[in-house]
Parts: sequence; C-alpha cells; structure tokens
Amino acid sequence: MDSIDRAILNRLQDDFPLCDHPYARVAVQLGIAESELLSRLQQMLEKKQLSRFGPMYNAVKMGGGLSLCAMSVPEEYFEKVTDQVNAFPEVAHNYARDHLLNMWFVLATETAQRIDQTVTEIEQVTGYLVYNMPKKEEFFVGLKFEL
Amino acid sequence: MVDKILDDLNRRIVLATQAGLPLVPEPYQQLARELDITADEVMQRMQRMLESGIIRRIGAVPNHYTLGFRGNGMSVWDVPDEQVKRCGRLIGDLDFVSHAYHRPRHLPRWRYNLFAMVHGRDRAEVEQKVDTIAVLLGEHNRAHETLFSKRILKKTGLRFKGER
Repeated sequence: MDSIDRAILNRLQDDFPLCDHPYARVAVQLGIAESELLSRLQQMLEKKQLSRFGPMYNAVKMGGGLSLCAMSVPEEYFEKVTDQVNAFPEVAHNYARDHLLNMWFVLATETAQRIDQTVTEIEQVTGYLVYNMPKKEEFFVGLKFEL
Repeated sequence: MVDKILDDLNRRIVLATQAGLPLVPEPYQQLARELDITADEVMQRMQRMLESGIIRRIGAVPNHYTLGFRGNGMSVWDVPDEQVKRCGRLIGDLDFVSHAYHRPRHLPRWRYNLFAMVHGRDRAEVEQKVDTIAVLLGEHNRAHETLFSKRILKKTGLRFKGER
C-alpha cells in the first residue's frame, strides 16, 4: 500500500456518492484519474486489503436478526466444524480466537426468528453447544479506520 | 416480515449490491440495466435506504488483518448490571474502540456482559489500551479478558439468499 492507496481508503470508508459518475467525483477529490481509482480498488479487493466495496446493510433495520455466537471446539475437530459452520449462509463473519470459547461468529438472518433456528441447526450439525449473545445495547460505533 | 419493510424492488437492489458495487465508471447505470429500472430510481432508492438506516454507509470495508492491524482484540468485561450503561458509554468514547455492546452473560461459563473491540497494530498495543479501559472502569471492573483473533475463518458480510 502506498500513500495513494491509503488516501483512497481513508476517503472511501464512507460517503461514496450517489451520482452518475461517482468514481470520477471521488477521483477528482483525490487528485487522481478515474481509471486509476478503479484499478487500485480492484487491486485492493484482489489482495484482500478490502473485504468489500459497496453499501453496508443493517440487517436489523431490514427486519432481520443479528447476533454474536461462540463455541468451544476441540482442536482436532476445529477444521471440520469450521467448514460446517461456514457452510451456513447466515454466518457473516467467523473468527478463531484464543480462549476456551475458540470460535466466534456473527449470524445475520433475514428474519429475527431465524437467529434461534440457525443456532439450533448449527448445534445439531456440529454437535457442540452455541452460546448466543445478541446485543442488548450498542454504545457508539465510532472508529473509522485511520491509516 | 422482511417484505413489509423492504418492497420487492428494494429487495432486488439489496441482492444486487450486497456483494459489492460494480467497479465501472457508471455503477448505478449498470445496476439499473440488471434490474430493468432507471439509474435515477436506483440512486433514489439507495438514498432513501441510507436516510432510513437500512444502508449504514456506502464505502470500502478495510480488512484489518491484511492492512497490518493484527492486534484486533475483543475485550470482555464483567461489570455490575446496573453500571453497564455508564461503563459502555465511557468505553464507547475511546477512539481505539470500534464497537461496544452490552450482551447477555451465560453463567457459569461466561460471566462477561460488556464487549469492546480494541484495535492496535500488535498485541502489546492492544493490551496497553485494555489497561487504559481497566483504569477507566475502576472498581466496576470485576473481571476482564482479552480474546485475540488467531485467524479469520470467514468474512463475507451480510448475505441474503436469492430465494424466499
């Protein structure tokens, strides 16, 4: 990543324009050509420096469900269970973490009720208990990623 | 239930854009062609979804890991239930905390009711920041741990299936 990539990232974490030529508009702000912005975004996506580029939807506002879940999976079955859990389209993110509860994933479902059903299905498929921890309250989600 | 909130066209816009916006000079025109509507209608509907909070934001999602923020630590805190709101607000004001949530305990195996995601370039930096939170919470901090991520197993963001 060079300084132009960083400038692109810092500019584009929010407020991508809704207009006929949005990339051109951003490119002007950054002082680069539209084609360069497009090719750099493409490269950052290919290198996985960006997870994605586009609108971020709020599942709860759409009537959907969102929850953080954790499991305790023995090391020898970890890969197998990872595949089983990741196979659920409702699993949006999944992280291996250093803890007795060593697998942490976010469920995003089309309806709020689907959370509990999905938790049950994951327990049935994997044979392990799922700790379901839906948020009760959210305190300020601030940070934009300053690079 | 979803359909009451999202009409069919909005739903098709969500489906067409949830994996990302087209990387072409006229992305909304391309979407409009796929959806067989006008580009103005795509933009107006996305604008309305932004205003109502259905779209949180339009932009790039950086990948902490590949960008060198490998110290991503989930700090979890056991604070008295009656103090959780106050503590959550204190933590939420810190610039190195990206998310702070009150979540249910699962006693006896999981005692923590307040979660704060702390970002830093390495573990040491995250641990320092967690110490800062501990000082801030003082006596309300009955116990805490920091869970470091070892690996991303999956990261696709929100995905809806095409069928009902």
